[in-house]
Amino acid sequence: MNFVIPNFAPAIPEIALLILASVVLIGDTIWSKRCQNATYYATQLSLIIVGWLIVDSFTVHQIVTFDGSFVRDTLSDVLKIFTVLIALGIFLFARTSMQEKKYGSGEFYVLGLFAILGMFVMISAYNLITLYLGLEIMSLSLYAIIALHRNSGVAVEAASKYFVLGALATGMLLYGFSMIYGATGEINFDKIAAVIATGQVDHTVLAFGVVFVVIGLIFKMGGAPFHMWVPDVYHGAPTAVTLFLGTIPKIAAFAMVYRLMVEAMPGLLKDWQQLLIIVTVLSLIVGSIVAIAQDNLKRMLAYSGIGHVGFILLGFIAGTFDGFASAMYYVLVYAITGLVGFGMMIVLGKGRQEFDRIDDFKGLNARNPWLALMMLFAMFSMAGVPPFIGFFAKLMVIEEVVKAGFVWLAVVAVITAVISAFYYLRVVKVMYFDVPEDTTPIKAVNRTTQWTASFVAIALLVFGLIPSGFINLCYNAVALTH
Amino acid sequence: MLHTILTVILVSPLIGSMIAGLFGRQIGRKGAHTVTILGVFISTVLAAYVFKLFVLDGHAPYNASLYTWFQAEGIKFELGYMIDSLSATMMLVVTFVSLMVHIYTIGYMDHDEDYDHDNPYYQRFFSYISLFTFSMLSLVMANNFLQLFFGWEAVGLVSYLLIGFYMKRESAIQANLKAFLVNRVGDFGFILGIAMVFMYFGTMDYQEFFAGLNAQVGKTISFIPGVEWSVITVMVLLLFVGAMGKSAQIPLHVWLPESMEGPTPISALIHAATMVTAGIFMVARLSPAYELSEVALSFILIIGALTAFFMGLLGIIQNDIKRVVAYSTLSQLGYMTAALGASAYAAGMFHVLTHAFFKALLFLAAGSVIVAMHHNQDIRKMGGLKKYMPITYWALLIGSLALIGFPGFAGFYSKDSILLAVHEADVWGSGFAYILLLAGVFITAFYSFRMFFIVFHGEESEYVKNHHIKESPWVITFPLIMLSIPAVVIGIPLVGPILSGSYFADAITVFEQHNVLHEIYMHHFVEGGALGMALHGFMSLPVMLALSGVFIAWYFYIKNPAIPEKIKNACPRGYKVLEAGYGFDKFNEIVFVKGALKLGNFFWQKIDVKLIDTGLVTNTFMSVYNAARAMRTMQTGYIYHYAFVMIFGLLGMLIWVLW
Repeated sequence: MNFVIPNFAPAIPEIALLILASVVLIGDTIWSKRCQNATYYATQLSLIIVGWLIVDSFTVHQIVTFDGSFVRDTLSDVLKIFTVLIALGIFLFARTSMQEKKYGSGEFYVLGLFAILGMFVMISAYNLITLYLGLEIMSLSLYAIIALHRNSGVAVEAASKYFVLGALATGMLLYGFSMIYGATGEINFDKIAAVIATGQVDHTVLAFGVVFVVIGLIFKMGGAPFHMWVPDVYHGAPTAVTLFLGTIPKIAAFAMVYRLMVEAMPGLLKDWQQLLIIVTVLSLIVGSIVAIAQDNLKRMLAYSGIGHVGFILLGFIAGTFDGFASAMYYVLVYAITGLVGFGMMIVLGKGRQEFDRIDDFKGLNARNPWLALMMLFAMFSMAGVPPFIGFFAKLMVIEEVVKAGFVWLAVVAVITAVISAFYYLRVVKVMYFDVPEDTTPIKAVNRTTQWTASFVAIALLVFGLIPSGFINLCYNAVALTH
Repeated sequence: MLHTILTVILVSPLIGSMIAGLFGRQIGRKGAHTVTILGVFISTVLAAYVFKLFVLDGHAPYNASLYTWFQAEGIKFELGYMIDSLSATMMLVVTFVSLMVHIYTIGYMDHDEDYDHDNPYYQRFFSYISLFTFSMLSLVMANNFLQLFFGWEAVGLVSYLLIGFYMKRESAIQANLKAFLVNRVGDFGFILGIAMVFMYFGTMDYQEFFAGLNAQVGKTISFIPGVEWSVITVMVLLLFVGAMGKSAQIPLHVWLPESMEGPTPISALIHAATMVTAGIFMVARLSPAYELSEVALSFILIIGALTAFFMGLLGIIQNDIKRVVAYSTLSQLGYMTAALGASAYAAGMFHVLTHAFFKALLFLAAGSVIVAMHHNQDIRKMGGLKKYMPITYWALLIGSLALIGFPGFAGFYSKDSILLAVHEADVWGSGFAYILLLAGVFITAFYSFRMFFIVFHGEESEYVKNHHIKESPWVITFPLIMLSIPAVVIGIPLVGPILSGSYFADAITVFEQHNVLHEIYMHHFVEGGALGMALHGFMSLPVMLALSGVFIAWYFYIKNPAIPEKIKNACPRGYKVLEAGYGFDKFNEIVFVKGALKLGNFFWQKIDVKLIDTGLVTNTFMSVYNAARAMRTMQTGYIYHYAFVMIFGLLGMLIWVLW
């Protein structure tokens, strides 16, 4: 038996992140008493270092290492860079709300870093086991992060719901993995694809496996009918955690779907396409219709997120690399927009009081016109109003799905988009046309969050006016990867 | 380098407008006019450079895109520049007149009875006119239909805002609403035309559009089964409907006289010199397409001639000083349109150019009179103002001489070119049009000098005697002087190149068989040049008609003021027809306003309230809402329910796949 030392170089960002997260974990116990913000700065610094490491070693080739279990390619680099960027923004927002609520702030950052590590592993996973490992690192961190506010009934309830259902979904995912392994005898994605391509595999077993895998994936993305946890968890978790949950895990989930569906099982396109169509239609409908009945902004955004999952999956249904690229574009746009949408609740929140009811936004224009405008940007972008970036995201996926011949799906998507415009615009209407109960001007919690929210919101407009660079980035990343 | 210059020309008025509009209160009046004038001044200087480059030095046409928003299935949404002699000329005219109007506005808007002094109306006004300059520039610089349409609508919007600038006056609100609605009719045709361009040519780009024209010749389109129309004819006519709205041709002219409710500077800038000529510009820009349709050319010629004659006639009975000038604008727009119909695009644009100067001059001079009369616009209350305001007097005289086409003045060359061109043209209806246009010359001279004599030479009215009338401040007179110069001289150097066709050679396409201007050039210009043309002009019919118009005006209103009253009494019916503006307004009111009201009521009560609101909307909404509530109840909060849904979903999917 000979032991070959694997090539560690492609995994340096992950290794660095692991080390830094551990340092922060230990450091936090030492310095948290004396210096309140040290953990925060250490976290941001760690993210910047990791981001820089990725940028520095940005690759346009596919590098597989650790005996075929880990891959580094353009797609993974781009996704990781966006994860880091958005995470930086999340922590900027979260710091304020962590300070004010005085509970386990150190744990929040550390768990956050570990969750990001899990996402990185998911993004770069190249076999079933690595993928599962990454998923669990992320999920376990998230369960804990939701329950961070131990004394809050709703938070604990949310965490336990997520945990129990998540365990169920993970079980299904694993079961699906074992089916696929049983049918093909391989765990590496490229080898699975090769075996399936030979055509000498029992299709029934494979199809069985695909169903379980898809369900596991859709649960993690939060698509219908496996979406039930989403509103409860988003609502129950503290706003800073909701912000975390609602944005970057979607990017990792995208990567997971891409790796499994596109890289491991392109031969089963017909099977997973059908399943995704069901999921997409249900998600679009649930996301657009149920959100109407919500009066809590977090819940509303949770349902709207379910609808967005439907749109992301449209890109996969197209079954072409352009389609996957459009899905990638959509997921990145969604994560960025979510940063403003959820972040605004933190910007406007004061102390222990949550600012998350839609009624809280009444007459915001009279109380703080600038932030009302920024919120309007976010809502317009989510609704897909040109020239905001969300318009292009919707345009691209719908274009791809039409090209692939699913005109009826495009019609469903457009109709649900119109329905969902109702509740986005309702927020705008409430802000601009309703009379507030309390007319005193409202200030942002602090400058940093206000600037962050404004910066991101303006970016939504700017990248809508100059859309091509960002779109090309996604198309090129996907094109360079396959 | 050139690209940057063009961008600066386009954007600097916009920046000025935004600063004055958004931060008007902070920067105050002085800041607002400084920043906007600076923006337009930069544009003017650079536009002059561009003019020199493209017109004098003969730079090859420049076509480039500035910014592509996005591209989907062949439609490019982009901003771009198509700069050649045509757009370079328009750019200079727009920026120059705009600059003059900006300066003039400082004096004109200084006091205003409609607004308190601390209302930032002054800053708002500057912001609007700068925004207008930007919109107009983007219209003329466009290299594609989409940008053209953007500019087209943007100038319409600013025009709407400015006509209703005195928002507390009922009449101003009526007027801007009318302008808006009538322009909607025109724009409806325009956008249909653009849609046809896209449908048949698959492009929005001018250059690609011109290149694709030949392939479309002979194609037909059929709206009513069995009746075939040429695609190109339908398309250019639809586009021309847009021009009729913007350039106020019969029957879409009704908004222009009422637009005079706006402050005078914008009447000069928007409703005389620039915006209303956008239609003429557009047709000239698309000359390769118009050349292909004789039917369209005939139609344009006749519409133009009708407008020129009948709108001029209405000028005779107006007593509001601005309305006289407004009707003369309508009539002059008719001349320009007629020139287009005769394939004399260059002559039409020539008249746009000269008209911009002398009509802006006339309006600003009229505004100067209005300021002196403390915002009183009725000419019957004026009279004998000559000794009080000499500069305005001379400005108005120069403007009027240019307008009537007195030989040597700018208007003479352009108008004479148009008349000769229509005379030479063989398009169907050109004989008829020529007679109308000739008669128009007489009428123009008559009403212009009627106003001139009444205002400056007539007996001093009670009002003038009792009030202190004085010449306007320099910010008002300076633009008058600056505009007088081109109103006198601009025709002489330009007439040769325009007639020979060398001026617009790179921008305007004229077929050999339509090229009337060249014949005129050979017959009237080659021997004597500009001077010879002027001298010969004294012998020609149009000038004699004009001079007799002046003479009769003098006789009627100075020598023997009883005659007009007698004529009025002699044929009261004719007078009434004119007073009612041929009943266009009445017709519109009965047919469109009342009819639309009835139709609207029907749709409102029966279709909207009953069918759509209760039937479709409420029911849809209620069913969506009920569905939402029903689905919400599924969200019970119990884990085992959620798990059940998941398992159920799993089973459903398994069955679906394995079946």
